[in-house]
Amino acid sequence: MTLDNVGIIGFGQSKFVKTRIDVTFPELVREGATMALENAGISIDDVDAVVYPLAPDALIGVGNGERWVIDALGAVGKPFMRVNNGGATGMSAVLTAWTHIASGLFDVVLVAGADRVSESSSAQSVLNKMWDVGYERPVPLNTITMLALSAQRYMHLYDSDETDMAMVSVKNRYHASLNPNAHLQSTVTIEEVLASRTLAWPIKLMDACPASTGAAGLVLVSERYAKKNGLKPAWIRGLGQNSETYWMGNRVGPKAMGDHADADALAVAFQRAYDQAGITNPREQVDVAEIYAPFSSVELHVIEAAGIADKGKSPAALANGDYTLGGNGVTVNPSGGTQCTNPIAVTGLIRVGEAANQVLGLAGAHQVKGARVAIASAIGGDHQFYSTMVICSDLEEI
Amino acid sequence: MTDAKFYEQTWDLQYKHALGETTSRFLEGLTQQKIWGRRTTDGRVLVPARSYDDQTHMPTGEWVEVGNSGTIEMFTIVYEPFKGLPVPPYALVYVLLEGADTALVGYLKGLDLKNQKDAIAALGIGTKVYVHFSKTPVGSAADYWFELSK
Repeated sequence: MTLDNVGIIGFGQSKFVKTRIDVTFPELVREGATMALENAGISIDDVDAVVYPLAPDALIGVGNGERWVIDALGAVGKPFMRVNNGGATGMSAVLTAWTHIASGLFDVVLVAGADRVSESSSAQSVLNKMWDVGYERPVPLNTITMLALSAQRYMHLYDSDETDMAMVSVKNRYHASLNPNAHLQSTVTIEEVLASRTLAWPIKLMDACPASTGAAGLVLVSERYAKKNGLKPAWIRGLGQNSETYWMGNRVGPKAMGDHADADALAVAFQRAYDQAGITNPREQVDVAEIYAPFSSVELHVIEAAGIADKGKSPAALANGDYTLGGNGVTVNPSGGTQCTNPIAVTGLIRVGEAANQVLGLAGAHQVKGARVAIASAIGGDHQFYSTMVICSDLEEI
Repeated sequence: MTDAKFYEQTWDLQYKHALGETTSRFLEGLTQQKIWGRRTTDGRVLVPARSYDDQTHMPTGEWVEVGNSGTIEMFTIVYEPFKGLPVPPYALVYVLLEGADTALVGYLKGLDLKNQKDAIAALGIGTKVYVHFSKTPVGSAADYWFELSK
C-alpha cells in the first residue's frame, strides 16, 4: 500500500500558565484551533476533518468532554474523533490525523485541544484511579510515584544519582527561559533542584512538571494539497507506536520483557519510526529532539531509548555539555519540554509542533541552528503507550 | 471587567467492582496468610495471580503458592500530601517473592521515615523483606504489607 506524504503547515500554542479565568474550557480549546488555523493561513472551511485530544474526563470535570468543545473546534458538519491515550494523547491525536491523510481519505485535518490541569485539586487522586481495583488500589500509586519507582531503579542499575536528574532540570529550565510560551520560565541551579522538597523520593519539586493551562493546535495536509497551494510544510517522515504491560511488577526480574528503569518499549517505537524515515544513526542524523519527559529522571532513559546515548550513559553526556542549546550533539527539548510545560491533553501535540518549528527555522530564541531532522515522542499511561515521530524540512533522503 | 464567576463541583461516584474468580481466590489466600501465583504456559509464576499472561496472551494454569519473603525490586518514599491519598510519609515497594517471577506491590511498614536520608539508606534493590499479614483480614489487598527482614 502506498501512503501519501503528510506535512504540518500550521502550529499554534498559547502562553502556558497555571490558571486562566478569562475563558471557559471550550473557549480555551477554540484558542488552540484558531491559532493553528491562522498560523496555517487557512480557515475552518478548508478543514476536512477534526481530531481532538483529551485525556481523562475527570481532570476537566466534564463527562465526554468532546461534546463540550465540538463547536469551539469548528467541527460541526465535519468528521470528528476524540483520542485519549493518557500522556501520549496529544501525539496519538496527531498520529490519527496522519492516518486520516496518509490513507488518502482527507487532505486537511485540524488537531487542537487544551487543558487546565490546576482546575482540579484532585489531579493525583484522579490519576490514582488508573490502577487495578483488586490488587493495586489499596496502595496509593499515582503518576509521580510510578516514575519515582522507575527513577530509583535507574539510579541503582546505572550508578546514577540525584545530581544527574538535577542536571536535566537545569538544562530544561534554561531552555524554557528562552521559550515565550513555556510555563516555568525561571532558571534554576543544581543546588536549588537538590534542595527543593521531596515529592516521592528521588523525585523532588524541581524535578517535576507543573500543572499547566493553555491550548495548542496543528494543521496537517497531504502532499498534493501542499503542492497545489505552494506550501512548504514540515514533513512527517516516520512514525512508531508501541505498548507495555499494565503491570509495573511485570517489568522487573530476570524474565521481564522490559525493565521499569528503562523505556525499552519506547526504543522499539523509535526504531519503527527510524526504519520508516531511513535513520540508521540517530546521533549523527538527528539535529533536535522534543521528547516527552514530565520528570527529569524520565528524560535520561528516553534519550537512551531514542538511541542518542547507550543505556545508563546519558548523565555523563549531559555533564559533558551534550543536549543543551549550543552544546554538542543532538539538542534535547530546546523548548524546555514537558518538564516546564504540561497541559496534559496537548503536551504530545506540542512536541510535534515544536519539532516542526525547529526544522522550519521558526523556533525563535530556542532555535537549533540549521536543524533539518527532528524527533518527537510521547508517553501515556504508566509508561505504557508510546508514540514517536521523525520530522524533516524536506522529502529528500535523510 | 466583570468579577470572575466560578462553578464548584465534587464528583461522588460509587462502584462495586466484581473481582472475578482468580483475584477473589488470591485475596482469600491472604486471609490464610498465603500468597498465590499462577503459572504461565512458559513456566513463569505471575504474582499476584492473574488468569492470563501479558507476554503470551495465553491463559495461566496451575496455582502456585510462593514464599512469604523476597527482595525489593524498586521503592519510593512519599513525603508530599496528595488530596484523596493517605497522609505522608509512606514507603511503597515492589517485591519479588521467593518462587515468583513478577513483583508484588505493597506498603513497606515498620521503618521510621521521618529522617529521609536514613530511611533511604535502609532500602535498596535486593533488600530482604517479608510479607506481614493483617491479624484482622477483610479479604482485600490491604490485608498484607511488607516489613524489613530481621
